[in-house]
Amino acid sequence: MTIVERREIALVDLLDRLLAGGVVITGDITLRIADVDLVRIDLNALISSVNAQVPSPWRELT
Amino acid sequence: MTGLRYVYAVCRPFGAALQSQLRGVAGDPPRLLNHHGLIAVVSHVPETDFSEEALRARLEDLDWLAATARAHQQVIDALTVVTTPLPLRMATVFRDDSGVRVMIEEREDDFRRTLDRLEGRVEWGVKVYVEADPESAAQPAQPARRAASGRDYLRQRRMQTRAHEDRWARAEELAARLHETLSSRADDTRLHAPQNPALSGAAGRNVLNAAYLVRRDVSEEFVEMVDRAKDDVPGIRVELTGPWAAYSFAGEETAREEDTGTREKGVGPPEEDAGEGT
Repeated sequence: MTIVERREIALVDLLDRLLAGGVVITGDITLRIADVDLVRIDLNALISSVNAQVPSPWRELT
Repeated sequence: MTGLRYVYAVCRPFGAALQSQLRGVAGDPPRLLNHHGLIAVVSHVPETDFSEEALRARLEDLDWLAATARAHQQVIDALTVVTTPLPLRMATVFRDDSGVRVMIEEREDDFRRTLDRLEGRVEWGVKVYVEADPESAAQPAQPARRAASGRDYLRQRRMQTRAHEDRWARAEELAARLHETLSSRADDTRLHAPQNPALSGAAGRNVLNAAYLVRRDVSEEFVEMVDRAKDDVPGIRVELTGPWAAYSFAGEETAREEDTGTREKGVGPPEEDAGEGT
């Protein structure tokens, strides 16, 4: 199979799948989806603050 | 060694062995737990990080989360080489092997059905971005030339706005066309919510964030289709990720419990939770 781009997977793509995809099973240790969603929101803030040092070249134009 | 059981995926028995140097999320090599004709891929994790309370705190730690996610993905990747795994959501943890066995018994029909649906298929991610307009990004709010009058100024502003709208319209058209073309080669598709540029750090605005379930033997053709679309329109960027295990297609009805963000595109019937309470 041809793989056009083999860069390291971006964390955001990875988390999009690992935290929002996959089969949801109630394990013995239960983090409900709601909890994970909360984590994602916090994560949002976290990553934004990390990225604040390297501003995106895109500016909001609206 | 005791510890908890972290489950990566469920799959059908496969002949090949996993690479011997493969390590799971806490450095422990993944094992295959065979039960009722299904395999759970499991590794031992310490209670200090993976008990409910510890895990909640750990998941807020970006470095830990990133390392765990990459380790999880490594195991799934290794599985994808030898079989078609059904990936579980990150951080699915059980007390012991018997907890894992009970889980398999409870869900085995689901697992078999989903494994059949995914068999021989992988997921490809395709994102379309509108690149920042180089001119207006350089001078965001200023008109290109000195405006001779208020009317000139307004006209220049209007032209700028129109240029942006054109670019947007072109991007949306391209995204729609590309999605349609790619869907014809896919057995299933999911539209994810566009990624927040602050979160992804990617340049440009994400207008399409889609996942495609594609047969392995069609994948090369699929990748070429994406590749061809890449140079189609200036100012618009197409990104491909994959092949992934079928994370986005692992749920039976994704509209129900998957991220609600996908709903904004109008996927899935909204009737489900409607008529409760009287």
